[in-house]
Formats: sequence, structure tokens, C-alpha cells
Amino acid sequence: MKLPSYHTVQVFLKSGIKDSAGIHLREKIMKYLNIETGKIRTGKIYVIDYPLQDEELQRFANEGLSDVVVNEYSINAPLMQKGFDSYIIIAKLPGVTDDEGMSAQKTLIDMFSPETAPDVQKIFSQDFYLFENILADTELQVIADTFLANKLINHISTGRFEQQAPLYVPEVHLHIDNTVEAVPIDFEDEELLALSNSRLLALNLEEMRVIKSHYLSKKTASYRKAAGLPEHPTDCDLEIIAQTWSEHCKHKEFNAEIIYIEPETGRTLLIDSLFKAYIKNATQDVQETLEKAGLKWLVKVFSDNAGVVKINDEELFVWKVETHNSPSAMDPYGGAITGILGNNRDPLGTGIGGAKLLFNTNVLCFGPPSYSKSLLTGQLHPRRIFEGVRKGIEDGGNKSGIPTVNGSVIFDDRYSGKPLVYCGTGGIMPAKFNGRDSWVKEITPGSLIVSVGGRVGKDGIHGATFSSREIDEHSPQSAVQIGSPIVQKMAADFLEKAAHKGLIQCSTDCGAGGLSSAIGELATISDGAEVYLEKVKLKYSGLKPWEIFLSESQERMILAVLPEHLHELLALARHMESEYAVIGKFTGNGYLKVMYEGEPVSYLPLEFLHNGVPKKYLKAEWRPVAKSVATIPQGIDYTDMLLRLMGSDAVSSREYLIRQYDHEVKGKTIIKPLMGKHRSSPQDAAVVRTGFTSYEGIAVSNGIMPKYVEIDPYMSSAAAFDEAVRQIIAIGGKLPLYNTAKSLFWSVNDNFCVPDSVWHPENNPDGKRKLGQLVQMCEALYDMSTFYAIPMTSGKDSMKNDFKSDGIKISVPPTLLYSMAAKIEDVRKTVTAEFKTPGDIIYVIGRTHNEPGESEFFKLLGLKDTRIPMVRKEIAARTYRKMMHAHERGMIHSAHDISDGGMIVTLAECCFGNMLGAEIVLPVSRDTSAATLLFSESHSRFVVTVKPKHREKFEEYMGGKAHYLGVVTAEPEIIVTANEEKIINCKTEDVYTAWKTGLTRQVI
Amino acid sequence: MENRINKAGDIMAIRALVITGFGINCEEEMAAAFRLAGAEAEITHINDIFSGSVNIHEFDIVSIPGGFSFGDDIASGKVLANKIRFKKLGSQGTLLDEIKAFIGNGNYIIGICNGFQVLTRLGLLPNIAGTCTQEASLIHNDSGRFIDDWTGVSVPVISSFFDGLHSFELPIRHGEGKLVFADETVRTKVKEFGLNFLTYTNNPNGSEMDCAGLTDVTGKVIGMMPHPEAFLTKYNHPAWNNAQPGSKNDEYGAGFYFFKHLVEQVKKQKG
Repeated sequence: MKLPSYHTVQVFLKSGIKDSAGIHLREKIMKYLNIETGKIRTGKIYVIDYPLQDEELQRFANEGLSDVVVNEYSINAPLMQKGFDSYIIIAKLPGVTDDEGMSAQKTLIDMFSPETAPDVQKIFSQDFYLFENILADTELQVIADTFLANKLINHISTGRFEQQAPLYVPEVHLHIDNTVEAVPIDFEDEELLALSNSRLLALNLEEMRVIKSHYLSKKTASYRKAAGLPEHPTDCDLEIIAQTWSEHCKHKEFNAEIIYIEPETGRTLLIDSLFKAYIKNATQDVQETLEKAGLKWLVKVFSDNAGVVKINDEELFVWKVETHNSPSAMDPYGGAITGILGNNRDPLGTGIGGAKLLFNTNVLCFGPPSYSKSLLTGQLHPRRIFEGVRKGIEDGGNKSGIPTVNGSVIFDDRYSGKPLVYCGTGGIMPAKFNGRDSWVKEITPGSLIVSVGGRVGKDGIHGATFSSREIDEHSPQSAVQIGSPIVQKMAADFLEKAAHKGLIQCSTDCGAGGLSSAIGELATISDGAEVYLEKVKLKYSGLKPWEIFLSESQERMILAVLPEHLHELLALARHMESEYAVIGKFTGNGYLKVMYEGEPVSYLPLEFLHNGVPKKYLKAEWRPVAKSVATIPQGIDYTDMLLRLMGSDAVSSREYLIRQYDHEVKGKTIIKPLMGKHRSSPQDAAVVRTGFTSYEGIAVSNGIMPKYVEIDPYMSSAAAFDEAVRQIIAIGGKLPLYNTAKSLFWSVNDNFCVPDSVWHPENNPDGKRKLGQLVQMCEALYDMSTFYAIPMTSGKDSMKNDFKSDGIKISVPPTLLYSMAAKIEDVRKTVTAEFKTPGDIIYVIGRTHNEPGESEFFKLLGLKDTRIPMVRKEIAARTYRKMMHAHERGMIHSAHDISDGGMIVTLAECCFGNMLGAEIVLPVSRDTSAATLLFSESHSRFVVTVKPKHREKFEEYMGGKAHYLGVVTAEPEIIVTANEEKIINCKTEDVYTAWKTGLTRQVI
Repeated sequence: MENRINKAGDIMAIRALVITGFGINCEEEMAAAFRLAGAEAEITHINDIFSGSVNIHEFDIVSIPGGFSFGDDIASGKVLANKIRFKKLGSQGTLLDEIKAFIGNGNYIIGICNGFQVLTRLGLLPNIAGTCTQEASLIHNDSGRFIDDWTGVSVPVISSFFDGLHSFELPIRHGEGKLVFADETVRTKVKEFGLNFLTYTNNPNGSEMDCAGLTDVTGKVIGMMPHPEAFLTKYNHPAWNNAQPGSKNDEYGAGFYFFKHLVEQVKKQKG
């Protein structure tokens, strides 16, 4: 049924033009679903809810929407096409970001310059797919579900052309409901908890009791009366408190008091906040060490959206890494793009704001692509999550013009319920904006609150818990959000300009918790704020006042603006077409006051809001796992083993991802993910220049080792730290105290993603152990950070990474990512991983131990062993010192750190870049077998090459740390001899093919 | 904008305008390229041109950098091209009218990647008929995927677009880089006039005639999918660390020479 007021324009490729999207889709459907669809024709439908004359519509379709060279179009015609039998149409649900529709609308305005441009979305874009073959509706549904759409955000119509496809228009129909409710709170415990549950507040009994006594106090009653509010909390009051006190915002578990016990050793700890005791204290101790050494590059830690360090006197480096896990489990594309764009806003909203974003980095943890267990209700297949997240990062990074310079992917069954999506962004901010210190957040009472960027809908309100019963096809979708890189890019361009002109006092991003969180936090600077919710620009009408305040609609920044700058700021925003609204002002009276059309909606003392949350008390415990030792079976074919290792999920090439991420926009990427003449050797740390006039740069690395966490959580954390450090050492970075005459910053984000670690006898019986793992990981963080004088500057914790469905719980292993950035004095002196010249001498640097536990080699053999690699930080530091020394003298021709798969995998990777070979002899001894030398994943090691002329000097410098292996050969073959027997003999090309196709063949 | 007037009366100063806004994102490296090549570069939001605060006729070169203008919605470069073609300036003309006049005055306009897509959709390239009707299009790569890679390119021996370099590598970063021509006439003329000044040696996207870049018949409207502005120094190259020489025996990358040649051409012309 077609409603007469809408126009539709269908645009598709002319028949002579290859429909690549259709061809690839057909192949995928065949490969993964075994359905032969016949030819597929793809195209777009624009549904236009705007009065246009026939002639205008014709012009709009012809010139505005279609490309004369490659497209055909039809207007208000049925979708039916000759030679095609079935169709799928994918539309967005109401309220879901539809950039394409908005862009079409902009073109319409440019073409016809209407006197009153539409204020809300009037053009909606949809995708259609026509299939040659007769397909059953169930087949069309499964095709749509698997490859094209997600029911949480899409409206899907499928069918055959026996009848015309119905028209779906994603307009939002909502009852207007502006009521503010007073919520009785004078209840006993049971009802208090019921109140928390029914309103999805996620507050526990202790917290509810504190809220109750706050409202029952005389003081509260008197100020509320004076402000014209009911005695009991309003719905908005409660929502603000719940948001501010949420785990996400107040990190209650990281700030809890923990009793930690090791029953076996008797070691007991009383920890008053993991964050303070280990993370913050580590940085404080590092800061003291640095200051003693005369180093003053640490500028701002933990207190802002991102950590700030000094690049030089003129420039600061701003660095933040976060996760976006739950949304990525529900809608991988939306979750990832919202994650990356949200994380971008952290450096953007640090200090005054307006940093220029320099790079992104991503670390992803997924279930294996070959996952074969049956899927639980709501669980998406890991392959689908992989592809959705990949696309989200591609669009989020590429369309924002921020290079994704490196990253990492880990596959493990335990991530098949909830993936982990870590997004990191580094930016550069001038040390001063218009004479003011850029990193300082300052707000004068009387300053105005200006919101810039996207509009507000029901997005993200109680997202995850929104019941599906309450959704019909015209309810605005709220559980999942899709970021809009273009809206954010425009807001970022504007913010940068406004900051340079000195028009803003400070800014912050509007993310989780929406205005409530952003304004609630900024208000602590001036000590108060007053907000007028009717001024907030909405995507559609019908939101309740508290919903406007709590909505997590994306792409928004909140600015504090002095009244005298407002006029100029708004003129600039209009000029740059960034939407804005002046929504309130900062005050100094100690209260957060929220108004809607002149009526008070919420009134909360900031002291109670931010410091009223009761402390949590938790129990942690650690018992070591039983030791196990495995023996390697006889007669292993090492060549075969190498090929299998190269193609394994852990080791295989990430080129499929890398090539789809723009890693070179801005023209500053010096060490990219794949290097060499053949662009095929994977690298360690990425290196980017900071500008075009100097060769200063920044090295970026990630360390993550969840595979050891069940055996030894302390070592898992220490290993991740070591991995991130050694990647930067490999390329020629210098540790903070190596040469204190040079001021070379290091800045680290720690990101914990853990399963529910609060013990509960039925729901979480191993909660104490999980919290015990977390304690140990924090201990290692402190030890490693203070040992190397490498400070944490920012970070995040994500506490409940469990996927529960059908009575089954899939929990992630406690996972800690260290994301490190370090200043590089001269990027031209950095060293890449690939072997450069035949004849170069190959060494393994650092000692190889018999530590096969959790190695990729043992995984392939199915062997369990608790002898995992130990981090020996004192020895490692001596190795690194020698590496830095050799690098400084330009002696190292190539260097690659050893990680998953061991030395032989590293060596093979080094051969790929220039398609060279290697001939090596393993220094087998009584303690160290060939298998150990090849496959052990002992930490703090590298494979390096040295020109023959440097051999003697190099060995002298390295003083026993360099173990000779052999030489680089022009003949592209990898030949390994042990005990005078050739144990590996294969072509580099074959090893490369195994590596290159290992993952790709499972995901494309 | 402060540099509107040539410094110290240096009449030789070449002025390049770098357009940005709405998702264009290679403006900084484009400006850096012009500066490195000895020109003055000014980055301006395209709305500064629409509002009249920046006048393209005060420049020698107008450049549209790469990026994702309007997120590649509808088709890459399409919404920006529509804006240039349709949006009315204060004078009631359009920016396309101004650009035509600008070219008519013997000035240069270049478009890289998204900028090339815009120039193509505006009919400014290859513009064989001389009427600015669209004669070619850039569509989704045959792989159906965005691609960031380095690719071999060659420049005809008689052409000096890269200052005498004829065979080298450049970075590409696009999802819609497959060039298709409207018909056989266009194809023949492009060949006949040698308008495909830059060809891929290992076609990464399915472009007709391996075409990586086009000029119009005057050689003053230039567009290409590869990013010369992302190869200003040899340290951008994936094999720089392998003692691979830059394109010449210096620290510059091949991309630099495109800008060097361009700026020199303009200088010569201004004489």
C-alpha cells in the first residue's frame, strides 16, 4: 500500500555496469548459506516526504540522486523488475541515524533553495536487493539477517514480485508526554529494591537507602520546597542519581574496599580502591621519579577525558582508549562506529577542547570465526560480529579522516558472547589557545552551556534493558545507536576553530549518561549549573524531560562559553553548519537545577550527587592452579608445524582489515601495519609524525595477553605491559629514563574488561576468584609502571562483560589492554621489522626459556601446560638498554618483537616484506631444545638483523644478549638446521600464503 | 586569509586555495604539499567561498582534497558536486560558474581522490565536449571494498606532470575509484588527446584503461585517485626503511614532484 503523500525514487546501476556489490553478495550467500540466488541487482530507494512539483521531482531524481553515466532511476514506480523474482528492502527504523537521507535532503535544499528548509528529516534512504531466482521467504529472511540487516535497527521487507513491495516510512509516532512524576521513596527495603528494578536504575539496596535518607532529611525538604519541587524525588532526580552513581560513571568496583586473601600462602591485603592503590599511586610514584630526573612532560592525568603529556613547548599529546563492548554485541556495526566516534570525542573534549586528532588504534577480541556451537538467543555469530565491527571501524575512522595506524585482533571462545572492542585515539593540542593553557578546564559562573552537534532522540536510554515488548515499528529505536561520522567531523572542525579563536572556556563530550553526565561533571568546576530542557534540539518530539536529559544521542559536545563570546561562537557554528543550542548556564550555588518550560524538573546538590554514593565492600581470593607439564610428541614435522602456525587464528595476517582501514590519511604515517617492498611484513609499534615541518613523531603500541590470565593473572598483566614496551623498543623508541637530557614522553592507557567479579553464591560463585585475578593484574600494573617509570595517564574499566541467554553465561576472561604512546625524536631513525638485505646477520635477542604453556604451538598440539612465560623485568630492562644503545648507533637493520607463535613465526614474518629467505642454525643445548627455540613465547625478545660490517661491534655491545642464528638469503627459502639436521625447509612464498589466507578465507 | 596580499610585493608568489569542510579530510597535507613546493597555501571552508569572504579568483590554483565529503552519501563526491553546481552564490550564479571562469582565465584546479570524484561529477573532467556535462564516473571498486595500499603508476614519457618521473608508486585510499567512461566517443577522445596522464601498472579497482588520473584538454584541470600529497617525503613509502631511494636521490617522495611541477608551471605562466 502506497500512501499518496510520499514520493519514491529508485536508483540502480545501468545494466551494462558491473554490480560489484551484487556479485559479492551472491558469492557470500552461496558460500555461507548454500543458497543460489541467481543474479542480484542492488540499488537505493529514497522516500521523500516533501512537496515537490513533478518537474522538480524529475530534476531531483535525475541530477540530485542519480549519476548520468552509471545510473538509471524510476520515480514513484513499483520496485518490480524484469528478470528478477524476489526482493529484500532494508530500511532504518525510526530514529536510527540515516546520513544518506540527510545528505539527499541537503542536496534538495541546494538545488531548490526553499524559503523554509525542512527542520527535521524528510528524506529516508533504503537499500534494495533484487534476486533472479525464486526464493522462499525464509531464505530471504536468513539472507537479510546474515548479511544485510539487524532487526534492532532495521526494518526488513522481503517477498516475491507477485505483488508490489509495501512502502515503509520510518517516521516516529510518539505521544507527547511532558509529565514530571514525583516518585514516593519512603519505603522499606524490599520496596526500595523493587523501585530500583522497576525503573531500571541499577542501584543496590545500600544506595537506595542513602537516597531515601537524603530525601527524608529536613535540609533536603527545605531546599526542595524553596525551589518548588516535591518532597520526594522526581523521575528526573532519580535518573540523574542512578546515572551518576552507575558503575560506568563512578567505577564503584574499582573504588571499592576489597579484602584479598591467598589461602595457600596466607597473604592478605586490605585494598582501599584498586584505582587509588595501584593505578593512581603508580602514576604518582612515576611522576616523582620523573621530576627527580628533571623530566616535566607529564601534564594532566586521570582528571580529564584523556591524559595529557608534553610533546614540546608548543604542543601537547592527548591520548584516550576506551571500550564499547555491549553495544557491539547487539549491533556490531553500530557499536563499533559509536565506540570509535565516542572515543574520538574524549581527546576532542579535553581541557579547553579542539585537539586535532592524529590517529586511531583498535584492539578487538572476538570468538573464533570458525565458531560452531549453536547460537544462543540474541547471540550473533563471531564472524558476523567481526565483519560488523570491521565495517564500523572502517567508517568511523575513514570518514572522520583519522588514520587507523595499528591494532590487534584476538580470537578466543570466551569472547563469543560479548566481543571486546577497544578504540584508542591520540590527538595534538597546542599548549596554548589564545594565550590560555589549553589543558585547563575553567568555568566561570554565568558562563553559558552550549550543545553542539547531533540532535537528541531516545537513543541509549536504558538501552540494553529496553524490553522488546514495548517496541513496535514506529517506536523510536533506542537500544542501539549508529554514529554519524559526518556530523561529528563537522562538529570537530567547528570546535577546533572555536578553540583557536578563544571562544570557549572549556568543553566535554556528551557520551554515556548524556547531558546528565556531561553537565553534571562540568558543573563541579563552577559549582553549579542550570539547564532548560526545552531548548535542547530534538530529532522528534515526544520525549519526557528526564529522557532529554539522559539521552545518549551521539555526536554532541558541551561547551562552556562566556556570555561575551556567545554571539561570535554561534555565528561560527552557523557558518560551519554545525547545529547548536544554548541550553543553560553554569552557576556557583552548589546545585544542579534542571528546568522544563519554566517548571523545575530536578534539583540536586552536587555534593550529594558526586560524593554521596556509598562505598562497596568486596571479597577477592586467589588459589594457584594445579601445575601441569606436557611432553611434546615425537616426530613432529616442523615445516608443517610452521605452516599451520602461520595460518592459525592467532598468527595469520590481518591484511583483510588493514587494507580496509585508511591508515595513511593525513600523510604522517611512517611505520604502517605492513611494510617492505611487498608491503607484507607486519610491524610492531606504529610511528606517526606530528607535523610536516619537523621529524618528531609518536610510536603507538598495544599489549594484551589474556591467554595467561587463568594460570597467572599477575603475569598476564605484566606480559601485556612488556609486550607494549618491547614493541616500542623494537622500532627504536627510548625508555623515559634512558637519556634524561631528552624529554621523551610515554603515555599509557590501561583498559580493564572483566567479567562480573562480585561474588554471589548462586549467580556468581567464582566471583571472588575473578576479583582476585583483577587484584593481581593491578599489582603487576603498579610494579611494571613504577619499574620502568612509564605512567598511566588515563584508562577505563568495563566490569560486566558476561553474555547471558537461555540460562547460559559466556564470560570474557579478565582482559587488560595497555595502550602505549611514546615520543620519537626523529622518525627517520626508526627501524622496521622486515629483513632488508641478503647477507645480513640474524640474531635472537634475549634469552629463550622452556615456557610452552599457552603457546600457539602447544595449542595446535592440544597440550596443556602451566609453565607460561615469565616476565623478568630486571633482565628485560638490561636487554632493552642494550637494544636502545645499538639502535642509537644505527646498528640494527631490522627488528621485530617475538610474540604469538615464537621466534620462527617472527622470523618468517620478517622474510615477507621483501620476499627474502633465511638460513639459520638453532643453538640447541641440553636445556633448550629445537622446539623451545622455535616456538617458545618467552617475553622480552626480538629477532634482529645487522649488516655484516657491524657484526663484531654489535656482538660486543649486546654482551651476551644477542644469540647468533644465521643469515638473510636472497633465495626466498626458510631453512632451519638443528643438530646438523634440516628441520625446516620451505619456500617463503608458501609460508606467506599460509599466513595471508589463514583468516581471510574464513571471513570473506 | 591574512596572506591575501603577496608578501613583500613578491609578484611571483603562487597562491593555492585548499578547500575543506563537510568531511573533506586531506586539507592539511594538501596545504603542506603546496608550501613544500614553494607556494602559499590557504585552507578555507567551502562556505567561506559561498559567503563571499573568500574569492577564488585571488588564487592561482584551486584544489579539492580527498576525504569523505558528505560521507560519500548517494555517491562519492556527489553531494558536494551538487552543492557546487546548484547552490546559489550571492551573485545568483553558482560556484561552478565561478570555477569555469577561473579555468577560463588560465588557472589550475586539481582534485585528489574525493576531489577527483567531485570534478568528474561536475563534468570538469575529462570535459571533452567542453560543456561540463558528466562524461565519466567513479564507482565502487570491483572488489567491493575500500582499499588502502600503494600502487605502481606510470606517466607517459612525453608528460611532465611528475617533474620527469615516469614510473613510481603512490598511495591509494578509496572505495569508489573505478573509473568508467560514458561511451566510446569519450573513451576514444581520452586516448587520442592523452588525457589519462596517470595509469595504474597493476589496476587495483577495475578502472577502464587502467586510468588513475585525468586532465582536460588544457591540462589545467587535473584529477587523480592516488594521493601525491601523502607521499611528500620518502619516509611515507612502505619500503623507505629498506634503503629504498625516494623517487630521486633526496628525501622527497614522488608525490612532492607533482606539486613542484605544478607550482613551477604556474610560475612560468605568470612569468
